[in-house]
Amino acid sequence: MNSFQDSARMALSMIVSMDESLLSVVLRSLAVSGLACLLATGFGLLLGAWLGVARFAGRGVVLAFLNTALALPSVVVGLVVYLLLSRSGPLGFLGWLFSFQAMVLAQTVLVLPVVMALVRQQIEDADRNHGEQLQSLGAGRFLRSVILLWDERYALLTIFIAAFGRAVSEVGAVMVVGGNIDGFTRVMTTAIALETSKGDLPMALALGLVLLTLVLLLNVLISLLRRWRERREGQGGEREPAA
Amino acid sequence: MQHADVLFDLQDVGLQVGRAQLLRACSVRIHRGERVALVGANGSGKTSLLRHLHGLLPESSGLSLRPVPVRQAMLFQRPYMLRASALNNVALGLWLSGQRWGQARQQAVQALERVGLSGLAKQAAKTLSGGQQQRLALARGLATQPDVLLLDEPTASLDPTAKREVGALMAALAASGMTLVFASHNLGEVKRLASRVLYLERGRILMDAPTALFFDKSRSSAATSFLSGELP
Repeated sequence: MNSFQDSARMALSMIVSMDESLLSVVLRSLAVSGLACLLATGFGLLLGAWLGVARFAGRGVVLAFLNTALALPSVVVGLVVYLLLSRSGPLGFLGWLFSFQAMVLAQTVLVLPVVMALVRQQIEDADRNHGEQLQSLGAGRFLRSVILLWDERYALLTIFIAAFGRAVSEVGAVMVVGGNIDGFTRVMTTAIALETSKGDLPMALALGLVLLTLVLLLNVLISLLRRWRERREGQGGEREPAA
Repeated sequence: MQHADVLFDLQDVGLQVGRAQLLRACSVRIHRGERVALVGANGSGKTSLLRHLHGLLPESSGLSLRPVPVRQAMLFQRPYMLRASALNNVALGLWLSGQRWGQARQQAVQALERVGLSGLAKQAAKTLSGGQQQRLALARGLATQPDVLLLDEPTASLDPTAKREVGALMAALAASGMTLVFASHNLGEVKRLASRVLYLERGRILMDAPTALFFDKSRSSAATSFLSGELP
């Protein structure tokens, strides 16, 4: 077994030399999580914004389920998607089990409640503060939700980035529905788990470093976005206007 | 006044939201061309009455009639500006009233000229000063060519210069014959602009009088203590 120092040196060398097997796993991870986030954001924006402005009987129950879904263990999501996609399951005819599509579907299901819940909160707060003024201009509930979505776009970008962070760092769902097949469904987190169990620490460490760097970059991106937004809106988006 | 000139006819209107009774048995008729000021202490029901007149809060009891269809716009104390240019903020109001976007933008240019903001058309609305934002909100309301303009303390949170700018616009609108209903704590503004004053206390209209009569100190009235600075 390698010592930590040797492993770290080899891991860095793999990253610097853009090791082919490392690169393919990283790119697959980015593709799966990116696509899942795009899908989840597409549905999540619409559903979350609608939930933010809609008032109906049973809304509280829906919100309770949604908030519960935020804490869904990824392995449970994987199990449910596995059952749906298995040969005898309702979506078995798709033949997606242990494929790229299955992983995208699982991560979409995992991330959708996150996007929906955060968007719902953002739009509900905005509607509470400004909805009446939009209503006074003639905007009904649907138009209000669309206008507020547009107006809160910078905050929503942050939600997208947060959702991507959740997707790219989860291991349970993709492991169950993807099967961690080398060259096909192996992504960063499943590869780290496997390589660690095999004792191939340089590869696991290299992937771990890439994953950490990605999460760090996401945080930097969120921070830059916030600063850019504040500069663009005259130092402070939501402050009271200067008299 | 002719019956046809009645724009709002409230008969014993009560307004309750949750456990809060915002308005109680309010009866009032507002006619075309009137400039009605709503005065009273904080929490007296001025904003609730304006919101009701604008259709944002339906009555819980009584009858609220609009004998003739009217176009109306409302200006809030702290207007909401979208993260968009001043021009697009005005155009949005027109688009929401049913106009095509291109046409809305063209009319928005004229509305901005009317309030003296055409030079700031492309500037982000949120970066404008408080007074400019209030004028922009006025342009957004006026662009739809309303018969009635409802204003909720439009100068309350502004500095003296901005107060003057917005006050001058309101005076011009009053002089043009537009029907104005506005809430205000500024009694000078009320004296200058209003033709009639409604005095509210705890959700009730306690006094409804022509402006000169309201301010007549020789008369004892429901608003006497309010006018002498002793808020109920």
